[in-house]
Amino acid sequence: MSGNVYIYILVMALVTYLVRMLPLTLIRRTIKSNFLRSFLHYVPYVTLSVMTFPAILSATSSPWSGLAGFITALVLSYKGKGLILVSLTACAVVFILELALV
Amino acid sequence: MQSRKQHFISGIKNGIPIGLGYLAVSFSFGILASKSGLSTVQAVLMSALNLTSAGQFASLAVITSAGSYLEMALSQLIINLRYCLMSCSLSQKIDPKAPFIHRFLVAFGNTDEVFGLSSAVEGPLSPYYSYGLIAMAFPGWTIGTLLGAIAGDILPARLLSALGVALYGMFCAIIIPPAKKDSVLRKVILLAMAASLLFSVVPILNEISSGMRVIILTVGIAALAAKLAPIREEEAA
Repeated sequence: MSGNVYIYILVMALVTYLVRMLPLTLIRRTIKSNFLRSFLHYVPYVTLSVMTFPAILSATSSPWSGLAGFITALVLSYKGKGLILVSLTACAVVFILELALV
Repeated sequence: MQSRKQHFISGIKNGIPIGLGYLAVSFSFGILASKSGLSTVQAVLMSALNLTSAGQFASLAVITSAGSYLEMALSQLIINLRYCLMSCSLSQKIDPKAPFIHRFLVAFGNTDEVFGLSSAVEGPLSPYYSYGLIAMAFPGWTIGTLLGAIAGDILPARLLSALGVALYGMFCAIIIPPAKKDSVLRKVILLAMAASLLFSVVPILNEISSGMRVIILTVGIAALAAKLAPIREEEAA
């Protein structure tokens, strides 16, 4: 380590905040273009899908428990269960399965 | 019409999986930060000011290799550029009647997970809902970092492993229910996951960082969907 850690932290914080803040404050009006509105409508679905899979398979001690957690979450979400129930049940399935696996 | 307090409380409630998931991820971050030579104060300060996972993990590599401040700025910019897309999306979602100052505050806590939940609300987004989410996310992230940095062995590995799926489970609960009624969304989700899998296994493509992968696939697939299946006006609200 040669640089000052506190300066590193400030540099990171500044860059990260600007990336998050500028679009939110610069785009103040409702976007009129239907293409852009459609694009932004699809953004959350694509980002969350890309972040979930296949990353979930390496989030736990074994890919199999990750897969079991994923399937649990998919099935419960499809059945319309609430967010907290889906998330915690997926965790519980991983926990129980890993008692047997690992 | 819900009151601010109701929005805030509903954010706190839905933020529980975020808090738990962050606890697990930031716990590992705290351990690694401490191994990389950061003091506990530095690790917690970094988490409190940045509130981002991939960026913070990457920063440790820059710090230990004594990279320049410019290198730090550029790597953070590239890894965190996905937030730019998310903030563009939120700029249209946030209640236009809410005072402007809220945009500065919501922006600070606009993590992947807070964004996911904020975009899942019906109708315009009350900033107080996001504050409720952040009120769970922030303590989860900073306390987890603190615990990891001071006592890496305090939480059993089994528990950390199980909590590792909390955030992904939450993502499924956000994207799957609307896709049940909407065949375009189903195709978008399947295509996005298939492409993401491809990017993680195919040589060369799998050298692209996860932050860039999110940007490339989001721009490509969301643009394709917008072109082929533009939304009707009433859906856009």
